[in-house]
Amino acid sequence: MFVFEWLNDQLLKMTWLSDLIRLLVQNVFGLDITQRLGGSIHFFLYDTIKIFILLSVLIFVISYIQSFFPPERTRKILGRYKGIWANLLGALLGTITPFCSCSSIPLFIGFTNAGLPIGVTFSFLISSPLVDLASVLLLASIFNWKVAVSYVVVGVVLAVTAGTIISRLKMEKYVEPFVFSNKVLDVEQASLTVKDRASFSLEQVLGIVKKVWLYVLIGVGIGAAIHNWIPQDIISAVLGADKWYSVLLATFVGVPMYADIFGTLPIAEALVAKGVGLGTVLSFMMAVTALSLPSIIMLKKVVKSRLLLTFVGIITIGIMIIGYAFNAFGSFLL
Amino acid sequence: MQMIIKILGPGCKNCASLTENTKEALSELNMEAEIVKITDYEQMAAYGIMSTPALVIDEKVVSSGKVLKTKEIIKMIERLVQ
Repeated sequence: MFVFEWLNDQLLKMTWLSDLIRLLVQNVFGLDITQRLGGSIHFFLYDTIKIFILLSVLIFVISYIQSFFPPERTRKILGRYKGIWANLLGALLGTITPFCSCSSIPLFIGFTNAGLPIGVTFSFLISSPLVDLASVLLLASIFNWKVAVSYVVVGVVLAVTAGTIISRLKMEKYVEPFVFSNKVLDVEQASLTVKDRASFSLEQVLGIVKKVWLYVLIGVGIGAAIHNWIPQDIISAVLGADKWYSVLLATFVGVPMYADIFGTLPIAEALVAKGVGLGTVLSFMMAVTALSLPSIIMLKKVVKSRLLLTFVGIITIGIMIIGYAFNAFGSFLL
Repeated sequence: MQMIIKILGPGCKNCASLTENTKEALSELNMEAEIVKITDYEQMAAYGIMSTPALVIDEKVVSSGKVLKTKEIIKMIERLVQ
Protein backbone atom coordinates (compact mmCIF):
# COMPACT_ATOMS: atom_id res chain seq x y z
CA MET A 1 0.00 0.00 0.00
CA PHE A 2 2.82 2.32 0.93
CA VAL A 3 4.58 1.56 -2.37
CA PHE A 4 1.41 2.39 -4.31
CA GLU A 5 1.08 5.70 -2.51
CA TRP A 6 4.70 6.53 -3.10
CA LEU A 7 4.37 5.70 -6.81
CA ASN A 8 1.18 7.72 -6.98
CA ASP A 9 2.87 10.70 -5.36
CA GLN A 10 6.00 10.55 -7.48
CA LEU A 11 4.57 9.63 -10.87
CA LEU A 12 1.13 11.19 -10.88
CA LYS A 13 1.21 13.96 -8.33
CA MET A 14 4.88 14.63 -8.94
CA THR A 15 5.49 15.97 -5.48
CA TRP A 16 9.19 16.09 -6.35
CA LEU A 17 8.37 18.54 -9.14
CA SER A 18 6.32 20.72 -6.83
CA ASP A 19 9.21 20.84 -4.37
CA LEU A 20 11.70 21.58 -7.12
CA ILE A 21 9.63 24.46 -8.47
CA ARG A 22 9.12 25.74 -4.96
CA LEU A 23 12.89 25.88 -4.52
CA LEU A 24 13.19 27.64 -7.87
CA VAL A 25 10.58 30.26 -7.03
CA GLN A 26 11.89 30.88 -3.53
CA ASN A 27 15.63 30.78 -4.09
CA VAL A 28 16.09 31.87 -7.69
CA PHE A 29 13.19 34.29 -8.13
CA GLY A 30 13.23 35.28 -4.47
CA LEU A 31 9.47 35.14 -4.07
CA ASP A 32 7.43 33.96 -1.15
CA ILE A 33 5.32 31.02 -2.22
CA THR A 34 2.58 31.78 0.27
CA GLN A 35 2.06 35.17 -1.29
CA ARG A 36 0.01 35.81 -4.42
CA LEU A 37 2.75 36.34 -6.97
CA GLY A 38 4.97 33.54 -5.77
CA GLY A 39 1.99 31.24 -5.37
CA SER A 40 0.69 31.80 -8.89
CA ILE A 41 4.10 31.42 -10.48
CA HIS A 42 4.65 28.18 -8.59
CA PHE A 43 1.21 26.88 -9.62
CA PHE A 44 1.75 27.93 -13.24
CA LEU A 45 5.17 26.35 -13.66
CA TYR A 46 4.43 23.19 -11.67
CA ASP A 47 1.08 22.50 -13.29
CA THR A 48 2.23 23.26 -16.83
CA ILE A 49 5.29 21.04 -16.61
CA LYS A 50 3.38 18.28 -14.82
CA ILE A 51 0.59 18.25 -17.38
CA PHE A 52 2.97 18.21 -20.34
CA ILE A 53 5.05 15.37 -18.90
CA LEU A 54 1.98 13.32 -18.05
CA LEU A 55 0.36 14.16 -21.36
CA SER A 56 3.35 12.96 -23.37
CA VAL A 57 3.88 9.74 -21.46
CA LEU A 58 0.19 8.89 -21.25
CA ILE A 59 -0.58 9.62 -24.87
CA PHE A 60 2.33 7.50 -25.96
CA VAL A 61 1.26 4.49 -23.91
CA ILE A 62 -2.41 4.87 -24.76
CA SER A 63 -1.78 5.37 -28.47
CA TYR A 64 0.23 2.19 -28.42
CA ILE A 65 -2.76 0.34 -26.97
CA GLN A 66 -5.06 2.15 -29.38
CA SER A 67 -3.03 0.96 -32.36
CA PHE A 68 -4.60 -2.45 -31.69
CA PHE A 69 -8.11 -1.05 -32.03
CA PRO A 70 -8.62 0.84 -35.29
CA PRO A 71 -12.27 1.74 -35.98
CA GLU A 72 -12.62 -1.12 -38.45
CA ARG A 73 -11.74 -3.67 -35.80
CA THR A 74 -13.99 -2.03 -33.21
CA ARG A 75 -16.84 -2.23 -35.69
CA LYS A 76 -16.22 -5.95 -36.24
CA ILE A 77 -16.11 -6.65 -32.52
CA LEU A 78 -19.26 -4.68 -31.79
CA GLY A 79 -21.15 -6.42 -34.58
CA ARG A 80 -21.10 -9.66 -32.63
CA TYR A 81 -23.02 -8.45 -29.59
CA LYS A 82 -26.62 -7.56 -28.95
CA GLY A 83 -28.65 -5.45 -26.60
CA ILE A 84 -27.25 -3.63 -23.63
CA TRP A 85 -23.99 -5.59 -23.76
CA ALA A 86 -23.33 -4.06 -27.15
CA ASN A 87 -23.95 -0.60 -25.70
CA LEU A 88 -21.63 -1.34 -22.79
CA LEU A 89 -18.93 -2.66 -25.06
CA GLY A 90 -19.43 0.31 -27.35
CA ALA A 91 -18.98 2.70 -24.46
CA LEU A 92 -15.88 0.86 -23.22
CA LEU A 93 -14.29 0.65 -26.66
CA GLY A 94 -15.07 4.33 -27.13
CA THR A 95 -12.63 5.10 -24.38
CA ILE A 96 -9.72 3.36 -26.07
CA THR A 97 -10.35 3.81 -29.79
CA PRO A 98 -8.29 6.50 -31.44
CA PHE A 99 -10.63 9.13 -32.62
CA CYS A 100 -10.23 12.70 -33.75
CA SER A 101 -13.50 14.55 -33.35
CA CYS A 102 -13.60 15.38 -37.04
CA SER A 103 -13.82 11.66 -37.70
CA SER A 104 -17.00 11.33 -35.69
CA ILE A 105 -19.25 11.60 -38.70
CA PRO A 106 -17.48 9.11 -40.99
CA LEU A 107 -17.33 6.81 -37.98
CA PHE A 108 -21.04 7.18 -37.36
CA ILE A 109 -21.74 6.43 -41.00
CA GLY A 110 -19.33 3.49 -41.03
CA PHE A 111 -20.81 1.90 -37.89
CA THR A 112 -24.38 2.38 -39.09
CA ASN A 113 -23.64 0.97 -42.53
CA ALA A 114 -22.25 -2.18 -40.98
CA GLY A 115 -25.57 -2.70 -39.27
CA LEU A 116 -24.69 -1.61 -35.74
CA PRO A 117 -27.77 -0.24 -33.93
CA ILE A 118 -27.54 3.53 -33.65
CA GLY A 119 -27.83 3.28 -29.87
CA VAL A 120 -24.52 1.41 -29.81
CA THR A 121 -22.93 3.96 -32.12
CA PHE A 122 -24.13 6.75 -29.85
CA SER A 123 -22.79 4.99 -26.74
CA PHE A 124 -19.45 4.93 -28.50
CA LEU A 125 -19.68 8.55 -29.64
CA ILE A 126 -20.59 9.75 -26.16
CA SER A 127 -17.95 7.88 -24.21
CA SER A 128 -15.18 8.64 -26.65
CA PRO A 129 -14.61 12.33 -25.90
CA LEU A 130 -15.92 12.04 -22.36
CA VAL A 131 -13.84 9.24 -20.96
CA ASP A 132 -10.35 9.54 -22.24
CA LEU A 133 -7.81 7.27 -20.60
CA ALA A 134 -5.20 10.00 -20.49
CA SER A 135 -7.50 12.47 -18.82
CA VAL A 136 -8.64 9.83 -16.32
CA LEU A 137 -5.03 9.40 -15.26
CA LEU A 138 -4.67 13.15 -15.06
CA LEU A 139 -7.77 13.27 -12.84
CA ALA A 140 -6.08 10.73 -10.59
CA SER A 141 -3.02 12.93 -10.52
CA ILE A 142 -4.89 16.10 -9.70
CA PHE A 143 -7.49 14.68 -7.32
CA ASN A 144 -7.20 11.02 -6.45
CA TRP A 145 -7.98 7.55 -7.76
CA LYS A 146 -11.43 7.36 -6.22
CA VAL A 147 -12.47 10.43 -8.16
CA ALA A 148 -10.92 9.12 -11.37
CA VAL A 149 -12.58 5.71 -11.16
CA SER A 150 -15.95 7.26 -10.27
CA TYR A 151 -15.64 9.53 -13.30
CA VAL A 152 -15.04 6.57 -15.60
CA VAL A 153 -17.90 4.53 -14.13
CA VAL A 154 -20.29 7.45 -14.30
CA GLY A 155 -19.22 8.39 -17.85
CA VAL A 156 -19.71 4.83 -19.10
CA VAL A 157 -23.10 4.55 -17.37
CA LEU A 158 -24.16 7.82 -19.01
CA ALA A 159 -23.02 6.59 -22.43
CA VAL A 160 -24.78 3.23 -22.07
CA THR A 161 -27.99 4.77 -20.73
CA ALA A 162 -28.17 7.43 -23.43
CA GLY A 163 -27.46 4.88 -26.17
CA THR A 164 -30.05 2.46 -24.82
CA ILE A 165 -32.72 5.17 -24.58
CA ILE A 166 -32.03 6.23 -28.15
CA SER A 167 -32.35 2.63 -29.33
CA ARG A 168 -35.52 2.03 -27.32
CA LEU A 169 -37.13 5.17 -28.75
CA LYS A 170 -36.50 3.62 -32.17
CA MET A 171 -34.90 6.75 -33.48
CA GLU A 172 -33.33 5.09 -36.53
CA LYS A 173 -35.88 6.83 -38.68
CA TYR A 174 -34.37 10.16 -37.76
CA VAL A 175 -31.03 9.36 -39.31
CA GLU A 176 -30.51 10.89 -42.74
CA PRO A 177 -31.22 8.22 -45.37
CA PHE A 178 -27.93 8.62 -47.21
CA VAL A 179 -26.14 7.17 -44.18
CA PHE A 180 -27.67 3.75 -44.76
CA SER A 181 -27.07 3.35 -48.41
CA ASN A 182 -23.36 2.91 -48.68
CA LYS A 183 -20.84 0.19 -48.99
CA VAL A 184 -18.70 -0.96 -46.12
CA LEU A 185 -15.04 -0.60 -46.86
CA ASP A 186 -13.03 -3.34 -45.23
CA VAL A 187 -9.56 -1.98 -45.61
CA GLU A 188 -7.03 -4.74 -45.22
CA GLN A 189 -5.45 -4.10 -41.88
CA ALA A 190 -1.75 -4.43 -42.53
CA SER A 191 -0.17 -5.92 -39.43
CA LEU A 192 1.87 -3.39 -37.58
CA THR A 193 5.30 -4.06 -36.20
CA VAL A 194 6.45 -2.79 -32.82
CA LYS A 195 8.38 -0.11 -34.66
CA ASP A 196 5.23 0.93 -36.58
CA ARG A 197 3.26 1.19 -33.36
CA ALA A 198 6.02 3.11 -31.59
CA SER A 199 6.34 5.63 -34.39
CA PHE A 200 2.54 5.98 -34.58
CA SER A 201 2.45 6.63 -30.82
CA LEU A 202 5.22 9.19 -31.08
CA GLU A 203 3.38 10.95 -33.92
CA GLN A 204 0.25 11.03 -31.78
CA VAL A 205 2.16 12.60 -28.87
CA LEU A 206 3.68 15.31 -31.08
CA GLY A 207 0.43 15.91 -32.91
CA ILE A 208 -1.66 16.22 -29.77
CA VAL A 209 0.85 18.39 -27.92
CA LYS A 210 0.93 20.70 -30.93
CA LYS A 211 -2.84 20.84 -30.91
CA VAL A 212 -3.46 21.42 -27.21
CA TRP A 213 -0.46 23.27 -25.81
CA LEU A 214 -2.22 26.59 -26.02
CA TYR A 215 -5.36 25.25 -24.33
CA VAL A 216 -3.21 23.82 -21.56
CA LEU A 217 -1.39 27.11 -21.00
CA ILE A 218 -4.64 29.05 -20.99
CA GLY A 219 -6.21 26.52 -18.66
CA VAL A 220 -3.28 26.63 -16.27
CA GLY A 221 -3.30 30.44 -16.48
CA ILE A 222 -6.96 30.60 -15.54
CA GLY A 223 -6.35 28.01 -12.85
CA ALA A 224 -3.50 30.08 -11.42
CA ALA A 225 -5.67 33.19 -11.44
CA ILE A 226 -8.46 31.38 -9.63
CA HIS A 227 -6.00 29.85 -7.21
CA ASN A 228 -4.40 33.05 -6.13
CA TRP A 229 -6.17 36.11 -7.39
CA ILE A 230 -9.89 35.61 -7.37
CA PRO A 231 -11.23 35.79 -3.83
CA GLN A 232 -12.98 32.76 -2.42
CA ASP A 233 -16.21 34.67 -1.73
CA ILE A 234 -16.84 35.53 -5.35
CA ILE A 235 -16.33 31.96 -6.44
CA SER A 236 -18.48 30.61 -3.62
CA ALA A 237 -21.21 33.08 -4.42
CA VAL A 238 -21.43 31.95 -8.02
CA LEU A 239 -20.40 28.32 -7.92
CA GLY A 240 -20.42 27.30 -4.27
CA ALA A 241 -21.18 23.68 -3.51
CA ASP A 242 -24.26 24.68 -1.59
CA LYS A 243 -25.74 26.77 -4.39
CA TRP A 244 -28.43 24.75 -6.13
CA TYR A 245 -27.88 26.49 -9.43
CA SER A 246 -24.13 25.90 -9.64
CA VAL A 247 -24.48 22.60 -11.51
CA LEU A 248 -26.96 24.09 -13.97
CA LEU A 249 -24.71 27.06 -14.56
CA ALA A 250 -21.64 24.90 -15.05
CA THR A 251 -23.45 22.61 -17.48
CA PHE A 252 -25.02 25.31 -19.60
CA VAL A 253 -21.81 27.29 -19.84
CA GLY A 254 -19.86 24.17 -20.75
CA VAL A 255 -22.17 22.67 -23.38
CA PRO A 256 -21.57 25.11 -26.26
CA MET A 257 -17.90 25.48 -25.44
CA TYR A 258 -15.16 23.33 -26.67
CA ALA A 259 -11.81 23.15 -25.00
CA ASP A 260 -9.48 20.25 -24.76
CA ILE A 261 -10.01 18.32 -21.56
CA PHE A 262 -6.38 18.79 -20.60
CA GLY A 263 -6.98 22.51 -20.47
CA THR A 264 -9.99 22.16 -18.18
CA LEU A 265 -8.19 20.05 -15.58
CA PRO A 266 -6.09 22.85 -14.01
CA ILE A 267 -9.22 25.00 -13.86
CA ALA A 268 -11.08 22.15 -12.17
CA GLU A 269 -8.28 21.73 -9.67
CA ALA A 270 -8.24 25.40 -8.75
CA LEU A 271 -12.03 25.62 -8.45
CA VAL A 272 -12.28 22.63 -6.14
CA ALA A 273 -9.53 24.07 -3.98
CA LYS A 274 -11.67 27.20 -3.65
CA GLY A 275 -14.66 25.24 -2.40
CA VAL A 276 -16.59 24.64 -5.60
CA GLY A 277 -18.40 21.31 -5.42
CA LEU A 278 -16.71 18.35 -7.11
CA GLY A 279 -19.96 17.66 -8.94
CA THR A 280 -20.17 21.18 -10.32
CA VAL A 281 -16.64 20.94 -11.62
CA LEU A 282 -17.14 17.49 -13.16
CA SER A 283 -20.34 18.71 -14.82
CA PHE A 284 -18.42 21.53 -16.38
CA MET A 285 -15.68 19.22 -17.63
CA MET A 286 -18.15 16.72 -19.03
CA ALA A 287 -20.24 19.41 -20.69
CA VAL A 288 -17.19 20.93 -22.33
CA THR A 289 -15.89 17.63 -23.70
CA ALA A 290 -19.01 15.64 -24.54
CA LEU A 291 -20.86 18.38 -26.34
CA SER A 292 -19.77 21.38 -28.30
CA LEU A 293 -21.27 23.65 -30.88
CA PRO A 294 -18.95 22.41 -33.66
CA SER A 295 -19.71 18.73 -33.02
CA ILE A 296 -23.45 19.38 -32.84
CA ILE A 297 -23.31 21.25 -36.13
CA MET A 298 -21.51 18.29 -37.71
CA LEU A 299 -23.98 15.77 -36.31
CA LYS A 300 -26.82 17.80 -37.78
CA LYS A 301 -25.64 16.70 -41.22
CA VAL A 302 -26.25 13.03 -40.60
CA VAL A 303 -29.05 13.09 -38.08
CA LYS A 304 -32.39 14.88 -38.11
CA SER A 305 -33.26 17.56 -35.58
CA ARG A 306 -35.43 15.40 -33.38
CA LEU A 307 -32.72 12.80 -32.82
CA LEU A 308 -30.12 15.51 -32.39
CA LEU A 309 -32.19 17.28 -29.75
CA THR A 310 -32.86 13.97 -27.96
CA PHE A 311 -29.14 13.27 -27.95
CA VAL A 312 -28.20 16.70 -26.60
CA GLY A 313 -31.06 16.62 -24.12
CA ILE A 314 -30.21 13.22 -22.65
CA ILE A 315 -26.56 14.11 -22.25
CA THR A 316 -27.28 17.49 -20.67
CA ILE A 317 -29.74 16.02 -18.19
CA GLY A 318 -27.39 13.13 -17.48
CA ILE A 319 -24.52 15.52 -16.79
CA MET A 320 -26.65 17.55 -14.42
CA ILE A 321 -27.78 14.46 -12.50
CA ILE A 322 -24.16 13.39 -12.20
CA GLY A 323 -23.24 16.87 -11.02
CA TYR A 324 -25.82 16.91 -8.26
CA ALA A 325 -24.94 13.39 -7.19
CA PHE A 326 -21.25 14.15 -6.93
CA ASN A 327 -21.94 17.35 -5.02
CA ALA A 328 -24.06 15.43 -2.57
CA PHE A 329 -21.77 12.44 -2.14
CA GLY A 330 -18.45 13.85 -3.34
CA SER A 331 -17.10 14.53 0.10
CA PHE A 332 -16.72 10.80 0.58
CA LEU A 333 -14.36 10.70 -2.39
CA LEU A 334 -12.09 13.62 -1.73
CA MET B 1 -5.72 10.33 -68.66
CA GLN B 2 -4.82 12.58 -65.81
CA MET B 3 -4.66 11.16 -62.32
CA ILE B 4 -7.41 12.39 -60.02
CA ILE B 5 -6.57 12.63 -56.33
CA LYS B 6 -9.34 13.25 -53.85
CA ILE B 7 -8.81 14.41 -50.28
CA LEU B 8 -11.75 13.52 -48.03
CA GLY B 9 -12.32 15.49 -44.88
CA PRO B 10 -14.46 18.19 -43.24
CA GLY B 11 -11.74 20.78 -43.60
CA CYS B 12 -9.84 20.69 -40.34
CA LYS B 13 -6.11 21.15 -40.14
CA ASN B 14 -5.37 17.48 -40.85
CA CYS B 15 -7.03 17.67 -44.25
CA ALA B 16 -5.05 20.81 -45.09
CA SER B 17 -1.78 19.08 -44.09
CA LEU B 18 -2.63 16.03 -46.19
CA THR B 19 -3.34 18.28 -49.18
CA GLU B 20 -0.03 20.11 -48.70
CA ASN B 21 1.92 16.86 -48.48
CA THR B 22 0.16 15.50 -51.56
CA LYS B 23 1.10 18.60 -53.56
CA GLU B 24 4.69 18.24 -52.38
CA ALA B 25 4.74 14.57 -53.34
CA LEU B 26 3.46 15.34 -56.81
CA SER B 27 6.02 18.06 -57.36
CA GLU B 28 8.84 15.78 -56.19
CA LEU B 29 7.67 13.08 -58.57
CA ASN B 30 7.32 15.68 -61.30
CA MET B 31 3.80 14.49 -61.85
CA GLU B 32 0.59 16.35 -62.47
CA ALA B 33 -2.74 15.41 -61.03
CA GLU B 34 -6.06 17.00 -60.38
CA ILE B 35 -6.57 17.47 -56.64
CA VAL B 36 -10.18 17.56 -55.47
CA LYS B 37 -11.22 18.36 -51.90
CA ILE B 38 -14.36 16.59 -50.75
CA THR B 39 -15.96 18.07 -47.63
CA ASP B 40 -19.50 16.86 -48.11
CA TYR B 41 -20.33 13.87 -45.89
CA GLU B 42 -22.75 12.40 -48.36
CA GLN B 43 -20.00 12.15 -50.96
CA MET B 44 -17.48 10.88 -48.39
CA ALA B 45 -19.86 8.16 -47.24
CA ALA B 46 -19.82 6.67 -50.72
CA TYR B 47 -16.19 5.67 -50.24
CA GLY B 48 -16.89 3.71 -47.07
CA ILE B 49 -14.22 5.36 -44.95
CA MET B 50 -14.45 5.52 -41.17
CA SER B 51 -11.94 8.20 -40.31
CA THR B 52 -10.66 11.35 -41.87
CA PRO B 53 -8.62 12.62 -43.55
CA ALA B 54 -8.65 10.08 -46.34
CA LEU B 55 -6.70 9.92 -49.58
CA VAL B 56 -8.31 8.56 -52.72
CA ILE B 57 -6.26 8.11 -55.90
CA ASP B 58 -8.19 7.35 -59.10
CA GLU B 59 -11.17 6.22 -57.05
CA LYS B 60 -9.11 3.86 -54.89
CA VAL B 61 -8.97 4.58 -51.15
CA VAL B 62 -5.28 4.37 -50.27
CA SER B 63 -5.45 5.61 -46.70
CA SER B 64 -7.93 6.84 -44.13
CA GLY B 65 -7.48 8.40 -40.73
CA LYS B 66 -3.84 9.30 -41.22
CA VAL B 67 -2.05 12.42 -42.33
CA LEU B 68 0.45 10.71 -44.62
CA LYS B 69 3.88 12.23 -44.87
CA THR B 70 5.12 13.33 -48.28
CA LYS B 71 7.45 10.30 -48.51
CA GLU B 72 4.59 7.90 -47.80
CA ILE B 73 2.40 9.55 -50.44
CA ILE B 74 5.20 9.26 -53.00
CA LYS B 75 5.45 5.52 -52.30
CA MET B 76 1.68 5.11 -52.66
CA ILE B 77 1.59 6.90 -55.99
CA GLU B 78 4.57 4.97 -57.34
CA ARG B 79 2.96 1.67 -56.34
CA LEU B 80 -0.25 2.58 -58.12
CA VAL B 81 1.41 3.83 -61.27
CA GLN B 82 3.41 0.63 -61.76
